[in-house]
Amino acid sequence: MVVECDHVWREISNYVDDDVDPALRAAMEEHFKECKHCTAILDGARNLVQLYGDDRMFEVPLGYGQRLHRRLAGNIGKSRRTFIGWMVATAAGIFIAGSYELARSATSTRDNLRSELAHFSAPVPPDLMVVVADDGKVFHGAAACPFIHDKTKVKSLLAREAVQQGYTPCVRCMKQYV
Amino acid sequence: MPSLPGPPPGTTAQLTESDSSDEARLIVRVRDGEPELFYELIRPYERRVYAATFAILRNPANAEDAAQEALLKALKHIRQFRAESRFSTWLIQIAVNEARMRKRKENSDRTEPITQNADDQGEYKPRDFADWREIPSEVLERKEVREKLSGALTSLSQIYREVFVLRDVQQLSIEETSKALGISTASVKTRLLRARLMLRDMLAPGLGGQWSSKFSFSKGEKPW
Ligand SMILES: [Zn+2]
Ligand SMILES: [Zn+2]
Repeated sequence: MVVECDHVWREISNYVDDDVDPALRAAMEEHFKECKHCTAILDGARNLVQLYGDDRMFEVPLGYGQRLHRRLAGNIGKSRRTFIGWMVATAAGIFIAGSYELARSATSTRDNLRSELAHFSAPVPPDLMVVVADDGKVFHGAAACPFIHDKTKVKSLLAREAVQQGYTPCVRCMKQYV
Repeated sequence: MPSLPGPPPGTTAQLTESDSSDEARLIVRVRDGEPELFYELIRPYERRVYAATFAILRNPANAEDAAQEALLKALKHIRQFRAESRFSTWLIQIAVNEARMRKRKENSDRTEPITQNADDQGEYKPRDFADWREIPSEVLERKEVREKLSGALTSLSQIYREVFVLRDVQQLSIEETSKALGISTASVKTRLLRARLMLRDMLAPGLGGQWSSKFSFSKGEKPW
């Protein structure tokens, strides 16, 4: 099976999502070896997915969490109608408001966002075997991940080594840790 | 190609399982009379709910109000949640419905034409073929880069924006995206392809080139 550029463009998004049949996948991989244009499109598409999938892109207006919790507290208070319920709800509201204020005073946006999320996303197990491409920036849980840019130059290492060397987890195959 | 080890079997599965069973327990407790636990239940998703309403409404104040309203509705209707879908998907679906309802109202108030069904068909040809290497996610530390990315996304028309945000920002699957938006999986794929290609063309001149090369690397190399 041989594919032309047009065909590759129509399927490139499915390719990135690992949603093409094996024959087409193989034909596309052959094509990428020969065609710089299509490789550039593929690299760009993968970069976009990694960047937009990063939690740093989830920006919310200042005070969002605080206002949300205040509004919820009103309703939870109503639905509960017990003094204790109301107390708990209000206390939770104040506690959360407080932690948002603290978070906001942190200097870097990244620490800010990460610390809010840290509580919920599991850390990557340090001894997990992961895969990186030689000149890549992202580490993957499996060598089959369609987000690996150059599959001919992959090596495996421990997650802790990958993190030390400055790699960040793939938003797709390491989703539960991002 | 040499065969490479994947993650040890069970590692990721166990983790996901325990996370989701904690969540399932919380849902039951909220439903059975401990509404104050709702905070804990939704906290991991608050920001995503906002991202979903913002993708549709494109106005921070409206998006925030819609997000609050969506979460109140989720609390009110928590008994209707069925465990066969993910809780996060259910929340996003409520948020999408809330935002779309407001959008329709907004459009009818302004009597603007709705370009909902425009150009789902015609093919989109990429315009930029500049070489792209893998970009380190550290570029996101820079506000100007985040602004460029969200600006490009905001400029897409709604049908592409919604699909891209649910799939690529929120990491929903194709099926979950189709369910949340009430469109076929084939439409999700067509729109996603176009959204990705359009964004790529918009951002390639910056991200492929000058923004990322200004960035200094901790690994001490400049890969482009
Ligand atoms: Zn080509
Ligand atoms: Zn990956």
